[in-house]
Amino acid sequence: MKAEDTELLKEFSKEQVKKLNSIIEKFKGKPGGLIPVLEEAQVVLEYLPISVQKKIASGLNLPLSRVYGVVTFYSFFTMTPRGKHTVRVCLGTACYVRGGKAIYEQIEKQFGISEGETTPDRMFTLETVRCLGACGLGPVVVVDEDVHGRVKPGKIKEILSQYN
Amino acid sequence: MSTVKLTIDNRQVEVEAGTTILEAARSIGIKIPTLCAWTERNHTPGACRVCMTEVEGQRSLVAACVFPVTEGMVIHTNTEKVRQARKMVVELLLANHPQECNFCVRNGNCELQKVAEFVGLKEVRFEYTKFPKEGMIDRSSPAIVRDSRKCIECHRCVTVCEQVQTVSVLTPAHRGSDVKVVPAFDLPLIESNCVACGQCILVCPVGALYEKDDVDAVWKALQDSTKHVIVQEAPAIRAALGEEFGMPPGSLVTGKMIAALRRLGFDKVFDTNFTADLTIIEEGNELLKRVKEGGTLPMITSCSPGWVKFCEHFYPDLLGNISTCKSPQQMFGALAKTYYAETADIDPKDIVSVSIMPCTAKKFEAQRPEMNGSGFRDVDYVLTTRELGRMIKEAGIDFEALDDEDYDAPMGEYTGAATIFGATGGVMEAALRTVYAVVTGENLPSLDITPVRGLEGVKEATVEVGPLGKVKVAVAHGLGNARKLLDKIREGNADYAFIEIMCCPGGCISGGGEPIPTNDEIRILRSDALYKDDGSVQKNRQSHENESVKKLYEKFLKEPLGHQSHKLLHTKYTNRGTDLPHRKNG
Repeated sequence: MKAEDTELLKEFSKEQVKKLNSIIEKFKGKPGGLIPVLEEAQVVLEYLPISVQKKIASGLNLPLSRVYGVVTFYSFFTMTPRGKHTVRVCLGTACYVRGGKAIYEQIEKQFGISEGETTPDRMFTLETVRCLGACGLGPVVVVDEDVHGRVKPGKIKEILSQYN
Repeated sequence: MSTVKLTIDNRQVEVEAGTTILEAARSIGIKIPTLCAWTERNHTPGACRVCMTEVEGQRSLVAACVFPVTEGMVIHTNTEKVRQARKMVVELLLANHPQECNFCVRNGNCELQKVAEFVGLKEVRFEYTKFPKEGMIDRSSPAIVRDSRKCIECHRCVTVCEQVQTVSVLTPAHRGSDVKVVPAFDLPLIESNCVACGQCILVCPVGALYEKDDVDAVWKALQDSTKHVIVQEAPAIRAALGEEFGMPPGSLVTGKMIAALRRLGFDKVFDTNFTADLTIIEEGNELLKRVKEGGTLPMITSCSPGWVKFCEHFYPDLLGNISTCKSPQQMFGALAKTYYAETADIDPKDIVSVSIMPCTAKKFEAQRPEMNGSGFRDVDYVLTTRELGRMIKEAGIDFEALDDEDYDAPMGEYTGAATIFGATGGVMEAALRTVYAVVTGENLPSLDITPVRGLEGVKEATVEVGPLGKVKVAVAHGLGNARKLLDKIREGNADYAFIEIMCCPGGCISGGGEPIPTNDEIRILRSDALYKDDGSVQKNRQSHENESVKKLYEKFLKEPLGHQSHKLLHTKYTNRGTDLPHRKNG
């Protein structure tokens, strides 16, 4: 393992860094390789902090600015660690008028995180969505794949405590 | 090449297939307003939508800058629908732009203002966005300020940084209404690999990118009666300053510039060209020494601080190829507070050394910690051509009406060889003239070395130099072109003895501190002015004929590459690498 990987090893395991190296190797010199590399890297590393982007830029011989531009453009990519579970609060019109906003604020307050952020214990990442097509169930909160309908702010703690 | 026939505003036109509506309209003198387009470098992202045009049969209006013409197309550029749409587009742009025109650096020379005038905008019906200055203005660099509030997302700066200069510091990041042009990770410019060339400033249509303004500090020094304030001006200033006062590009205004500087209150008006001649003596001798003693070749010029910083970041393995000579600006600075202080019997601590440069990277260079050979900061303040223009306007000087004046001694004399430093190929030509004379004891058969002149990206020439035989040289301007030569050196395929590299396309006459607009047509006119200065204004055309430089060696430096020279005129470089300073995430 090279010296330039030291920074990476502060954050990731030896195994993960090794995988990242082989992903970069696979796409080296291939045009259009950046997005697939970022995609696969995120699967292995869960998120793409500065150290990873630096590594990918130097590995693919691309300017760091380009890598950063792509990472910030696509909502799929994230520079902050993701929680084990993703909590999506619907703020579409129907859910909004039925109190979606209050639910969102309740989570913000209880877990101390805002949109796109992750709890310090890396359990939950908070996101918002605009309409999931389940307006009849509004307000809706989706945790991972599970849809919770007619949620009340007071119920949030109970719902999320099922996930660990 | 096949052509197509079409109709624009009831006029028939025949153009090459693939031409855009914008180009076709221009070819018959029909103006369409544009904002994001920078056609000289094929940058037409179609992003601003100001160039809305009506095409019969199309469902909606189209962007003329990107829409290709086809056979039989019928286009209208001046219908009610078009006029309203363009107005609305500009109105929306302005609703999202700080209303600070009166004190914006680009007031009166702003493409957004011009476009608003073009479309006849009379009001903005939307509430203006309030912009927090906090976090939106990056003043970290000693050379360039970025004001993201004013950015209109044309991305010309990204194109020039990435495609022309291949430095690739700036990128559009984030998405939708959050898009912002930034260095990677939104880091401040000073922490990026920015070489401070300022080409982004030249292409910015608005005031989102501009030089760090040092005018106030210079006014303060001029006002201080205990200070002896001296000034030097790079060759490129005299070929461009007139444009700031409405004179045509290519006006050579040396005499008026000197007169204006005296009226501003500078105690002595000297010339960077004096140390450009000195650079040729030092650099020429360094080259001969390397050739004779088997030093690192090809030797590369060191006058251009943007190029030097580029090499420190991207080609640190080639730093040994760069001449150890300081740039003329820094040689001047080091001598001003030693040789001149001695000659004029002035305490160097009371001397304020100001330089007028076509260049933003010179601001960075002057602040390099090692540039204190005189025991003081060698150059205290660097102003760009534009800043000097602003000072002259502020002082109420009628520039065009000024009578010509001449430089002060002992650092004002220059030859034609020095003045062409301002154009790509100029340093090479000047060096060859003197190297030839030193080696053979005769002058070059013709002092004009035309193969190294002009805007070709990479130029080569071979000159027969007496006992040295054939000397092969190369010239590159613009860092993208420089890369071609540098990669050749890395591969071991560069059989040149000497290479001139200038950071900016066209050389210093289109540096990041020069008047706006700067384009290829203007580049040629400014260069022509310098070649005129060399060819028909200056008596001497070879650096070693400069009597003041000869005197400098007799009285002070003693010999080229000698002890004093080593201390004051030569420098070393830093491997900066491309890695960013370590930062925590977020």
